[in-house]
Amino acid sequence: MGIIRAVNLMFDYIRRDEESEKEEINHALRGVSLDIDEGSFVAILGHNGSGKSTFAKLMNGILLPSDGTVYISNMKTSDEEHLWDVRKTAGMVFQNPDNQIIGNVVEEDVGFGPENMGVPTDEIWRRVDQSLEAVGMTAYRLQSPNKLSGGQKQRVAIAGVMAMKPRCIVLDEPTAMLDPNGRREVIRTVHELNRQEGITVLLITHYMEEVIDADRVIVMDEGHVVMDGTPKEVFSRVKELKKYSLDVPQVTELADELKEAGMDLPDGILTIEELVDRLVPVLKKERA
Amino acid sequence: MAIEIKDLCHIYGQDTIFEQYALKNVNITIGDGEFIGLIGHTGSGKSTLTQHLNGLLKASSGDILYNGESIYKEGYSMKTLRSKVGLVFQYPEHQLFEVDVFSDVCFGPKNLGLPQEEIESRAKEALSLVGLDESFYKQSPFELSGGQKRRVAIAGVLAMKPEVLILDEPTAGLDPRGRDDILGLVAELHKNQGMTIILVSHSMEDVAKYVSRLIVMNHGEKVYDGTPKEVFRHYKELETIGLAAPQITYVVHALRERGIPVDEDVTTVEEARDEILKLWKKEESTC
Repeated sequence: MGIIRAVNLMFDYIRRDEESEKEEINHALRGVSLDIDEGSFVAILGHNGSGKSTFAKLMNGILLPSDGTVYISNMKTSDEEHLWDVRKTAGMVFQNPDNQIIGNVVEEDVGFGPENMGVPTDEIWRRVDQSLEAVGMTAYRLQSPNKLSGGQKQRVAIAGVMAMKPRCIVLDEPTAMLDPNGRREVIRTVHELNRQEGITVLLITHYMEEVIDADRVIVMDEGHVVMDGTPKEVFSRVKELKKYSLDVPQVTELADELKEAGMDLPDGILTIEELVDRLVPVLKKERA
Repeated sequence: MAIEIKDLCHIYGQDTIFEQYALKNVNITIGDGEFIGLIGHTGSGKSTLTQHLNGLLKASSGDILYNGESIYKEGYSMKTLRSKVGLVFQYPEHQLFEVDVFSDVCFGPKNLGLPQEEIESRAKEALSLVGLDESFYKQSPFELSGGQKRRVAIAGVLAMKPEVLILDEPTAGLDPRGRDDILGLVAELHKNQGMTIILVSHSMEDVAKYVSRLIVMNHGEKVYDGTPKEVFRHYKELETIGLAAPQITYVVHALRERGIPVDEDVTTVEEARDEILKLWKKEESTC
């Protein structure tokens, strides 16, 4: 049984008029069931409005399901008595780095979470040290967060979540507002946490390049899970991904088009090396 | 000749210990109707440069000529300049504020002091250019999707009838569909309205697909200026300044290293497909 379990999850956004009559109902999630293994790196893809961010917010009780249940290490997010434990288990990192930093100094910001949990002072400092080390931001601990780049701020935000010692981190489009360097920094950091600390990662994104190293890729559309598999399995279905308004990496797209034109290539090519290794013998056989 | 940038320097914190060159001796001539991509990593000076073009920042030294006239000349009307050179900031939707979409787009022309009729006809035209029909006019801009909000913000700038449109990372934070929509819209404005476009971007893939000229900035200096194909030939140098060529460029160069004679100037998926298929067909027919 996984650390995160969603059972037939539904969520409706309800807009009410002045008399609090229901004016409009928007079904963001229409029956999502997922089981996520502890220690795995799972990516959720989907275009805007597919329900992926709503799903993220249901993971630690920021939103509560309209129907269905979320279990975080067997605790229901809808049980108020468990809410704090749920949030300690599943930490969240959001899109905008500027909205989640509150401290005047990097190390204070990172210590804010454990301080609120009533962790003893010595332990807080120990955790701040460890977390900053884990995201590679130790050198900046005494700086003002305002002077950091977007990618660095996001790493501080991740350290802040780490300091609460969660078993699982949910990242809701953490790189959407970053430049390519910042994006790489954050994704590398998250992979390291997953590998070295065994933290379960749920990465929500629409950048395809970020998910090719995940253990599992889930695609959402119109509030449903429509694809679920390894990156190779998911990316071998190029046409289907395009139908859901998603991109595939350029190499995968090129391989797919060449295959369509009759070349003998396997499905789901994800890297440049892979494509080149396959193309060279085909294009060179007679010349040799 | 629309814009001439001559020896432009911008120094932040001049004469203090924090003195730093944000722009250093930049020389660029931008012709009417060009579609230019401006690329550089964060802090390279590309946003600083765009903010000079409509007079939001004043150069520390150097000059900018707009249609042959220096914008730093005494008595030059900045107001006119700003209506001719439209700047769409990053996350322009953060600047939406009116009660409905139509009023928001009217705000710019209203400030130009135009008659009400002209204001409304411009707003209608601008909204139709960005593909928003009348059903959006009375909606609150805050209830639209990210991509729609951005269209409203762009319409607000278009309603000023600019001759030059500068967009600072117009696709940041959008999903692939929103990105394609916005870039398609920009390409149409260039093609149908003959607008001069300067597109600031991080994405080489996007730029390779749309622009005809690419300018690369690094540490406040212009380092490359040419067609995308010319610039991407320097893909190794681009990496050293924190940028990268499109993924396809790497495929092409890897193939060439292994002795496959692919044209090195191929930069898009379509070109690569055609080029590889051509080589493949040749192989087939010779055997």
